[in-house]
Amino acid sequence: MESLPPYATPLERIWFYAFRVICGLIFFFLVAPIVVMIPLSFNAQPYFTFTPEMLTFQAEGYSLRWYEDLFTSDSWMRSIRNSFVIGVSATVLATALGTLAALGLSRPHMPLKGAIMGLLISPMIVPLIISAAGMFFFYSSINLAQTFPGVILAHTALGTPFVVITVTATLVGFDHSLTRAAANLGATPTRTFFKITMPLILPGVISGALFAFITSFDEIVIVLFVAGVEQRTIPREMWSGIREQISPTILSVATILVMISIALLTTVELLRRRSERMRGISPG
Amino acid sequence: MIALGPGPDNRAAPTGNTGNANMAQAEGVQGEVTAEKLVTADGIPLKRSMQRAERRRKLMAFLLVAPLLAFLFVSFIFPIAQMMWRSVENPEVVNALPRTLEALEGWDGEDLPDEEVYAALYQDMVADQELPRQEQRTGPLAVRLNYELSAARSAIARTAFRLDRLEPPYKEAFLDAHRLWGNPELWRIIQREGDPFTASYYIAALDMTYSDEGEVVMRDEDRRLYVPLFGRTFMLSAVILGLTFILGFPISYFMSILPMRKANLLMIFVLLPFWTSLLVRTTAWIVLLQEQGVINSSLVGLGLLDAENRLQMIYNMTGTIVAMTHILLPFMVLPLYSVMRTIPPSYMRAAKSLGAKPWTAFRRVYFPQTLPGIGAGGVLVFIISIGYYITPALVGGQDGRMISNEIARHMQQSLNWGLAAALGTMLLVSVLILYWAYNKLVGADNLKLG
Repeated sequence: MESLPPYATPLERIWFYAFRVICGLIFFFLVAPIVVMIPLSFNAQPYFTFTPEMLTFQAEGYSLRWYEDLFTSDSWMRSIRNSFVIGVSATVLATALGTLAALGLSRPHMPLKGAIMGLLISPMIVPLIISAAGMFFFYSSINLAQTFPGVILAHTALGTPFVVITVTATLVGFDHSLTRAAANLGATPTRTFFKITMPLILPGVISGALFAFITSFDEIVIVLFVAGVEQRTIPREMWSGIREQISPTILSVATILVMISIALLTTVELLRRRSERMRGISPG
Repeated sequence: MIALGPGPDNRAAPTGNTGNANMAQAEGVQGEVTAEKLVTADGIPLKRSMQRAERRRKLMAFLLVAPLLAFLFVSFIFPIAQMMWRSVENPEVVNALPRTLEALEGWDGEDLPDEEVYAALYQDMVADQELPRQEQRTGPLAVRLNYELSAARSAIARTAFRLDRLEPPYKEAFLDAHRLWGNPELWRIIQREGDPFTASYYIAALDMTYSDEGEVVMRDEDRRLYVPLFGRTFMLSAVILGLTFILGFPISYFMSILPMRKANLLMIFVLLPFWTSLLVRTTAWIVLLQEQGVINSSLVGLGLLDAENRLQMIYNMTGTIVAMTHILLPFMVLPLYSVMRTIPPSYMRAAKSLGAKPWTAFRRVYFPQTLPGIGAGGVLVFIISIGYYITPALVGGQDGRMISNEIARHMQQSLNWGLAAALGTMLLVSVLILYWAYNKLVGADNLKLG
């Protein structure tokens, strides 16, 4: 069906091309909204629409003023710093806890595996508003609300399921005779872990870490409830930007975030291929 | 440790798998026979030694999981349980009015209570004013009673303010201080809520109320709020589910018939939105759909629309549906595509060669095989969308709001946390039921990312 057979009826011919047009439109629907913002972030005017100058590609229709706005604004710069501080800390914690747990879960002797797996991925299932409400009460009662540790711990909890899932997936088909061989040759369990296991599951660990990072980086509901003014992150700043004074500065932030997500997407894809190569599964 | 031959070692890993029960049993019997005779180097029977090793392995595996499990219990599961507890907890009246409640015990609930009750109320309020400011319970009591009867807060506040001027007989003094003390309704509420646990938050969350006879009845049609909102949330989620299916099915199918290299290239179109920040995608739709936005301006520019009647496509239900369909479409495409990829194309060819028309072949042969993917993607989209908060809050306006927005409102603005907790618990239960169904359908272990 990839190409039209020579004996196709006219109706089939029409359907063949119509189907491709429909699919093209759907792909357009997926990507166009994101792509449209990019040129608009260079708008010289404070509008969310293409000015006549922009449409005729005149230089004065374009400017970097919204990027300048972004990089000279204290609150935006603080939010960028906060997002990275919170994101990186939460990622480190989530990766460490999640990798350990995945190693335990993948052992054939793990008791109550199904139930524990269900609990571990629950932060991914529970609607964010409910997690946020629960954490708001809990962190307020132990004086962690509106502090960095509070937000970091909350984001760690949200990030761990992704690490557990990706690392567990890498451990499927892990050849346990390798670690036994290491033990047989006299390596301590720690040495075996760092010399044998870790290099093999590293792609899974890294992509889990990336998922945990993007979860924290993109998270807003918990930040709305648990964070204070000092802990505002990029999404939180965008939230107030959209609700209060919508200016194309948001589009310049959005453009930068799209670039970041393209970079992350590429990394994860490369890691996936590498992991499949290393485990001897040929990529498609 | 003992060195073992091909005994029940790691290599027979999938123990506990009932499918291999017979084999495992056979092996077990064999192992038992030899284990009776064998002893390890330090004289312990092999069987016991092996059991001990097995136990140690189990413990090791559990210890690896334990830190995360403990962390999640403290930072995630306990807070949610605590929040759910709030939906039935009811300490305000019991704490503030112990003497009054005792005096009210014999009251028939019809006429106003006796002088004795009012005197007890006076004592309770005086006792409360003598407490340090942070420990006073009249404030929470006023807020609590106000949920049930909307003038209660001012009645209590005004009475508390005049408390030192009140003199016996207290019944008249209280009636004089605020007319609400002469309303048997208020007394019925105090009596009803004078219990450490209450169902009244759930009753409110289900749009029910107490009638004058004390029975639980549905509110009047036009005062119902939450049941229609739950209905709308489910309806919107179903519409979004339908749209993601209609849009997701063709492109998943298209990618599944392309060679891997081209399909991976097209996959970028699905993964880019998937990886892009949620707020960026919501912003994108605001840019496109708002009155001065790209779509309206283009339509006006092309002369298809008058400048005066620009389309209202955002800050209403349309905005929520369009933006959420866009955001959730990858969650439908990814599982659907991975299922379609495994369907051999020869089945369709076989159906056609047996005389089926293309439509019949699609409907009877191809479509049934995609059902696992549709189920997985559908439940995923539905679970995510019924708990969605951000997008409806930003582009939903009034009629695109969902139940999450109401929970947030009670958390942050009306501060009726008991009601927020009751609504949250109901939402959580619906999600967990759906998740359970999802688990039955595909298994949580098969959850794939990216």
